[in-house]
Amino acid sequence: MSAENLLTLKNLTAGVGEAGIEILHNIDLRIGKGETHVIMGPNGAGKSTLGYTIMGNPLYEISSGNIIFDGEDITALTADKRAKKGIFLTFQSPVEVPGLTIRQFLRNALQEIKGERIKFSEFNRKLRSVMDTLSFAEEYADRDINVGFSGGERKKAEILQLLMLEPKLAILDETDSGLDVDAVKTVSAGISEYKKNKDGSLLIITHNAAILEALHVDKVHVVVKGKIVAEGDGSLVEEINRNGFERYTNEQ
Amino acid sequence: MNNNKNSIKDIDRTLYDFKDDESRGDFFREKEGITEEIVRHISEEKEEPQWMLDFRLKCLKIYKETPMPVWGPDISELDMDQIASYVRHKSEMKNNWEDVPEDIKNTFERLGIPQAERLSLAGVGAQYDSEIVYHNLKEEVKKQGVIYTDVETAMKTGYEDIVKDYFMTLVLPTDHKFAALHGAVWSGGSFVYVPKGVKVDIPLQSYFRLNAAGAGQFEHTLIIVEEGADVHFIEGCSAPKYNVANLHAGCVELFVKKNARLRYSTIENWSKNMFNLNTKRVVVDEGGKMEWVSGSFGSHVSYLYPMTILKGEGAQMTYTGITFSGEGQNLDTGAKVVHLAPRTTSVITSKSISKSGGIGTFRSSVVIAKQAKESKCSVSCDSLMLDSISRADTVPAMDIRAHDADVGHEAKIGRISDEAVFYLMSRGMTEEDAKALIVSGFADSVSKELPLEYAVEMNNLIKLEMSGHKT
Repeated sequence: MSAENLLTLKNLTAGVGEAGIEILHNIDLRIGKGETHVIMGPNGAGKSTLGYTIMGNPLYEISSGNIIFDGEDITALTADKRAKKGIFLTFQSPVEVPGLTIRQFLRNALQEIKGERIKFSEFNRKLRSVMDTLSFAEEYADRDINVGFSGGERKKAEILQLLMLEPKLAILDETDSGLDVDAVKTVSAGISEYKKNKDGSLLIITHNAAILEALHVDKVHVVVKGKIVAEGDGSLVEEINRNGFERYTNEQ
Repeated sequence: MNNNKNSIKDIDRTLYDFKDDESRGDFFREKEGITEEIVRHISEEKEEPQWMLDFRLKCLKIYKETPMPVWGPDISELDMDQIASYVRHKSEMKNNWEDVPEDIKNTFERLGIPQAERLSLAGVGAQYDSEIVYHNLKEEVKKQGVIYTDVETAMKTGYEDIVKDYFMTLVLPTDHKFAALHGAVWSGGSFVYVPKGVKVDIPLQSYFRLNAAGAGQFEHTLIIVEEGADVHFIEGCSAPKYNVANLHAGCVELFVKKNARLRYSTIENWSKNMFNLNTKRVVVDEGGKMEWVSGSFGSHVSYLYPMTILKGEGAQMTYTGITFSGEGQNLDTGAKVVHLAPRTTSVITSKSISKSGGIGTFRSSVVIAKQAKESKCSVSCDSLMLDSISRADTVPAMDIRAHDADVGHEAKIGRISDEAVFYLMSRGMTEEDAKALIVSGFADSVSKELPLEYAVEMNNLIKLEMSGHKT
């Protein structure tokens, strides 16, 4: 645990603001630069809420606690400002945006995040090379984001965005769910590509070990009913795969 | 056009809102209200033939006898006694841009009209208040026999018979109160005649600008596309904002002959005190093709439903329209089509966006007559509401008399998706930009149909409209 701090959640309690329902209770979490963390837990444990809360989805409200990112308190910042600071979230079910192509969208996003104009030629070159890595046919760049995409294509498009935007922290929310073996391979290849940058941190929300096989996992957090109930190193993944969450749910 | 200085309450319209001072004495203005004296005076000013004066007076009579429409948006704020029917800048029509008076020239230069002409247009007409102030047609197009002028000039330069044969034969003064009003006080507009077989490669454009406060604009557009001919006509409209109501009651009559094609594109951006009660109609002969492209952004209240009569076998029509209603706007737009002959086809595609309490209503009417065998019609309408105080309505009507007609109707109404906004924000876009991108995307299938400069203008208008909005 010598890595410099990137993300710290301090005693974070959050829920659906309008309904006044608390989903996450007193979460403490620390992710260092370049580290890979895994969140595991049964369905409905609040894993996705955790991802959304870190990203700043206005649907969720933080009632107490803080989010510190790269030395700065970002608890009150909107999602776009968090994205500019280097946080990225892949969506479980990425939404369709008719009339906006991946190419237009990504160039816009990249310019926003880098805060400068990016030349078409330079952008197109990078896009082509990343799409190649993901065996994503280039024609998809000129299709409207996610419109008519299969589940696998949507996930690929999310990983494409991850590699184009090069965030400091990538939160992958069930990126591997519902994918066939080939698609999982492609997504894994994308994640390895992201990890080539030694400072890139990962928070992987999953209940599937396949995607973790090729990765060195620094820490595993088990979330049950909105609380972190257990933590450990990478070996915890295997243990849970063998025995499930029963031990943790019973304790609750 | 990259001005983006916005305020919170209302969008920045400085691009359109500048106005020329009417009090300096360069203007002639009729008294407010609609009287026989005024109608006679307009006709006299224009040195019209007797038949036109008689027609105007007949229309005035119908106007007085016809009640206000009661089925659409409320227009009770429109006080006809306060509307000046005729305002003319004291200058003659010019065909050399340099000769146009300075104040008018500045107006159109700020709107980018002469620049557009130099770049990509075959001919340009510019109307300022009630009269056309500038008209020009490229030499090569003139040589093809194309006539592009205003209706007044057409009557004086040997085309009186054509005008007499067509003028208000498609839109009759008995149609509704504002058609009658138009017939009585019409002024300016466009007269286009494309001879048999002539294909005009680049578009003709007219631009209407209403500068005067409390005035009406009643331009008449008459386009005849002869057999096998092909032309694209573009109209743009704008006006500065005043505190008193302005009225636009234009009339567009289009005649598409056998196997001819006409594309008619409009970007309407009247100021938000305008009552836009406009009537547009086309009759299409055998094998002819009519294409409407329509973008409505401005005005306080609009009633606008371009109507197509598919008269000849195999005649075709497409209508692609978008309407953006913001704060204080009630825009009632749509399309009408009447299939009168076998194997005629029509496709109506409409998009509507409403925000900040704006009301957008899509109204369509499809009639397929008994003899219109094997005809096809498809209507689709997609509405996007940007907040919970705005409103979108769809009012489709269908009257199908042919047994083998193939008719489809599809309507979708929805709120802008919070999830989509968050998705784009999580990629670094501000809430405002995210919404603007979603709205531009929604409008994309319409902007694709517009000429490039207009597509750019439309996107700028969307950005302007969106940036004035803060949640």
